[in-house]
Amino acid sequence: MTPVLYRVRSRRPDRVDTVTLTLEPVRGDCPPFLPGQFTMLYAPGVGEIPVSISGRSRSGGYAQTIRAVGAVSAALCGKRPGEVVGVRGPYGHGWGVPAAAGLDVVVAAGGLGIAPLRPVVRALLAARDRYGRISVIAGARSPATLVYPRELARWARQGADVQVIVDHPDHAWHGPVGLVTRLIDRIVFEPRRTHAFVCGPEAMMRATAEELVRRGVAPGRVELSLERNMKCAVVRCGHCQFGPLFVCEDGPVLRYDQAGPMLAVAEL
Amino acid sequence: MDAVVIESLEPLIAELRSRGFAVVGPVVRDGAIRFEEIASAGRLPRGVTDDQDPGRYRLRETGDEMIFSFAASPDSAKRYTQPPRQVLFRMRGERIEEAEEEAPRIALLGVRACDLAAIGVQDRVFLGGRHPDPAYRLRREALLLIAVNCAVPGGTCFCVSMGTGPRVTAGHDLALTELAAPHRFLVEIGSERGEEIVRALPYAPAPARDLADAEEVSRTAAGRMGRHVETEGIQERLSAHDSPRWQQVGARCLTCANCTMVCPTCFCTTVEDSTSLADGTAERAERWDSCFTLGFSEVNGTPVRSSNPGRYRQWLTHKFSTWIDQFGMSGCVGCGRCITWCPVGIDVTEELANLP
Repeated sequence: MTPVLYRVRSRRPDRVDTVTLTLEPVRGDCPPFLPGQFTMLYAPGVGEIPVSISGRSRSGGYAQTIRAVGAVSAALCGKRPGEVVGVRGPYGHGWGVPAAAGLDVVVAAGGLGIAPLRPVVRALLAARDRYGRISVIAGARSPATLVYPRELARWARQGADVQVIVDHPDHAWHGPVGLVTRLIDRIVFEPRRTHAFVCGPEAMMRATAEELVRRGVAPGRVELSLERNMKCAVVRCGHCQFGPLFVCEDGPVLRYDQAGPMLAVAEL
Repeated sequence: MDAVVIESLEPLIAELRSRGFAVVGPVVRDGAIRFEEIASAGRLPRGVTDDQDPGRYRLRETGDEMIFSFAASPDSAKRYTQPPRQVLFRMRGERIEEAEEEAPRIALLGVRACDLAAIGVQDRVFLGGRHPDPAYRLRREALLLIAVNCAVPGGTCFCVSMGTGPRVTAGHDLALTELAAPHRFLVEIGSERGEEIVRALPYAPAPARDLADAEEVSRTAAGRMGRHVETEGIQERLSAHDSPRWQQVGARCLTCANCTMVCPTCFCTTVEDSTSLADGTAERAERWDSCFTLGFSEVNGTPVRSSNPGRYRQWLTHKFSTWIDQFGMSGCVGCGRCITWCPVGIDVTEELANLP
């Protein structure tokens, strides 16, 4: 339960209220991680929150993308290069990337949900010929809150079909408007031979998973990453209970055939 | 040596203290039976019993010489296995110091079968998974458990239903049964540590009659359970997430968290971070938390379980159903504390019985 100290190596603001930090251990090595795993990030004296790992930095540290929504996330977003934070983890089950081999892949992200999916897309594109069509669909509240815009463009150049939609367009926006599910019409995939990775607000994940399954994707081939309150991340504090599961250990990534019936229960 | 008879608890308490144990036992305080450190048997609650009903707890004098004529009290062993608040670490500048793990040698005197079962549940939670808690292990190993077989179950007790009592069968170092006329204690040995302590006491071998009397105490107690729970098919009944019963109980529940604070197995905690203005040291502490608080399930400022029915359903379902999925055992030991200490008298046994 005691964090290890990491130093902020770089800090890159991603638009309005979101920051990507790269972190390196003050001493020792940075443990490996699987796409979809998270760390508990500690802002000294303020608090600790779970944050997905959004990538491995060039120097070997973790990249973590944080949106300032509360006291702890705001404190973490304010950390400058050279300052220290505490890190525990990585924790949890990551995405089943190997299960997608040989199939079409749909990566669907809502808002900051793109962060835990970034290592998935990077892994897919690093072995491009191992997969069928790769589609990345991403939604944002507004063009200004879309994270990783340059990286999305790079993924398109590397062979993914990348589509972006916003809820609230500004005058410069010429793309589609609405919810992520609308983009499912714009991508090409063979439902029975498709694996999907979905992350975003729970309503977005449910709607996206339902739509993919309605089109014929097997519920066991749709993976979601859940968000729950967490204090310990090691199955002791009780906060992240989701029916019979603990999201910290049994998740955060769950298959839709497993999570779907429980997501349908309000306030579970 | 399986069982002996002792005439008084005084030598036992003295022996435990001479071995470096703080003896913690039941005392009358604030109109209730509470656990606190005692130096002599004179502090134990002689001639006192308790009346327990939903939302009601009263002590009553019996006028006899019996010491353990009461049922579960608001304190449980949890206070000693999992302290209400503990510092986890301190951070000074760019240095993190782990808090020194405190594990005082405590002899808990007067623990009942339900509470031993609760410790067994906690052992599974804190030591049985992939991330055992070293601080819990230290505290647990430092704890000596001197149980008492329940003679007078409370009106809210249902340990028989949960298969956890009233007779002590496992997890104890010693188990006492209080016998009357003449006043004496049958002592059953549960561990080598327990045996070592008994050997240092003035004792007599237990005659067959005392063993039979002790059996009778437990048999009588089992027949006097205040309440009952049908555990057969309980997980199925609790899968009725849409039952109108949740709305009804949610309308009564104050979400005060009393039930979780007195529960001997509720293990949920939260953390508190603070910074000293004097030297800038940051500290992180862990304290008991409850799924009844609004902030418990809060993500990005919005609680997952925002309604009373939702939070009550989470608690009851966890105790009796999902706990079994998670840990292979029930989270309830039938001590009845949650019923007694609910300010509006919500009765888990009644709620379970009324689910479809």
